[in-house]
Amino acid sequence: MSSVKVICTECPMGCEIEVLVNGDEISVEGYGCKRGREYAEAEVVCPRRVVTSTVRSSTGRMVPVKTERPVKRSEIFAVMEKINAAGCSLPVRIGDVIVRCVSEDINVIATANVD
Amino acid sequence: MKGNYDLVIIGGGPAGLAAAVAAYDSGVEDILILEREPILGGILNQCIHNGFGLTRFKESLSGPEYAARFISEVEKRSITVLTNTAVLSLDKGKLVTAMNAEEGVFTVQAKAVILAMGCRERSRGALNVAGSRAAGVYSAGTAQKYVNVFGYMPGKRVVILGSGDIGLIMARRMTLEGAKVLAVCEIMPQTSGLKRNIAQCLDDFGIPLYLNHTVTKIEGDERVTGVVVSKVDENRKPIAGTEIHFDCDTVLFSVGLIPENELTKGAGIELSRGTRGAVVTQSRETSESGVFACGNVLQVHDLVDFVSEEAEIAGVSAARYILGGEVKRDAVEVKNGKNILYVCPQLIDKSVGGKVKLFFRVTDTFKAPTVTVRCGNGAVQTKKLKVAVPGEMQSIVLSEETVRGLNGSVEVLVEVDQ
Repeated sequence: MSSVKVICTECPMGCEIEVLVNGDEISVEGYGCKRGREYAEAEVVCPRRVVTSTVRSSTGRMVPVKTERPVKRSEIFAVMEKINAAGCSLPVRIGDVIVRCVSEDINVIATANVD
Repeated sequence: MKGNYDLVIIGGGPAGLAAAVAAYDSGVEDILILEREPILGGILNQCIHNGFGLTRFKESLSGPEYAARFISEVEKRSITVLTNTAVLSLDKGKLVTAMNAEEGVFTVQAKAVILAMGCRERSRGALNVAGSRAAGVYSAGTAQKYVNVFGYMPGKRVVILGSGDIGLIMARRMTLEGAKVLAVCEIMPQTSGLKRNIAQCLDDFGIPLYLNHTVTKIEGDERVTGVVVSKVDENRKPIAGTEIHFDCDTVLFSVGLIPENELTKGAGIELSRGTRGAVVTQSRETSESGVFACGNVLQVHDLVDFVSEEAEIAGVSAARYILGGEVKRDAVEVKNGKNILYVCPQLIDKSVGGKVKLFFRVTDTFKAPTVTVRCGNGAVQTKKLKVAVPGEMQSIVLSEETVRGLNGSVEVLVEVDQ
């Protein structure tokens, strides 16, 4: 049996959660809420993160973007390469897809209205 | 343009936007927001990372997304906004002098004013770090603007001094964009940033955090070529012989934020030494009646959700002042007790009515402490906390009944049970 300590990043509380792994069985202790429990479990099985960055638009203005869902933490730099290779034209609205399927079926979307 | 408004709000960031909407919905429709940047949203525009709005919207938004929700609320109402407009002064009669390219210098007479100017970063100059004035030294927020708004990288090999949230966020951001972040140095034994930012910005990328360490020398003449980092003793003095050398081309300072109160001082408004913002009642009214303050210009917040909450109090209070006129204060003082860095508000005005939420910061790290609000010799409110650290603002609420019963100044204190 092994134990992993996880600091929850779901909210500013920063709960220190302990995940106990015994073969295929996982139990979670010290979580403050359901989100925290799920986060801690995922941290041990397959940690994921939302990646936020920017894409340069045709006018030169930077458009802030994020992955619409968390991507595998191991994929972060591969995702960044695809975001950095992308461009977009203006205007964009929040939620517009800027880059398709950067990892699995996850899109990169705009997080600001830029005219 | 019109020379008078019921309410003038100085600053169109998260505080100014939320205050405007709250005041409008409380019945004051003649509102002017003055913003010095080309667009509304304030600092949120460069905070492209997520994690905003978890308290308020129960979802994790980026800074621009959080701002957009309030900007669209402002746009739905007939609130006048002047961007690219800098406010030069505020006088005692609530006359605001401002300037922009179209109007030149102009004045606006307000019935009430809300101060929402935000804060600025402490600079290298405030720390007296040895070295020449080589290029490559930035405050973390300046680097953030370069990367996220202008789209270029300030450097390739980076050392960050201070573990404030902006520094941690920039450690991750510059790493994602291909820079090597060699170290984050913190002079204190604990970080000043949120725990989740240590986890997701440093630990995720293997960036080392040096607690009890500071930058003692910045090397290089034209461009930074390296830094010397030293361990410090319990008095925060560098210890000889503990020097570590890093080859780097960039140093970021993330060493604290200071409320931007030049206009407040100019108007002769009383400031608090604890918060470095105005002394206010729970209505967020300053020592000048009809002038309110909210957001980071009042106290530096960790979370924008609380800025919005505070700004709404200021907006509602300003509307009440405009529509109902000045009410004579019946205020008691709120004092910093044991282990308390500051409490905001510093005054409780019993004529206002309603409950009062006191925000405070502690001086050190405390495990499972009890917060007590004392009036005279008796405790009027207590609260148990799991943990209290200086980097995370705490709060305690006094009920309407408790507030009514206060017969003198109150003191907030934090103690750990023996």
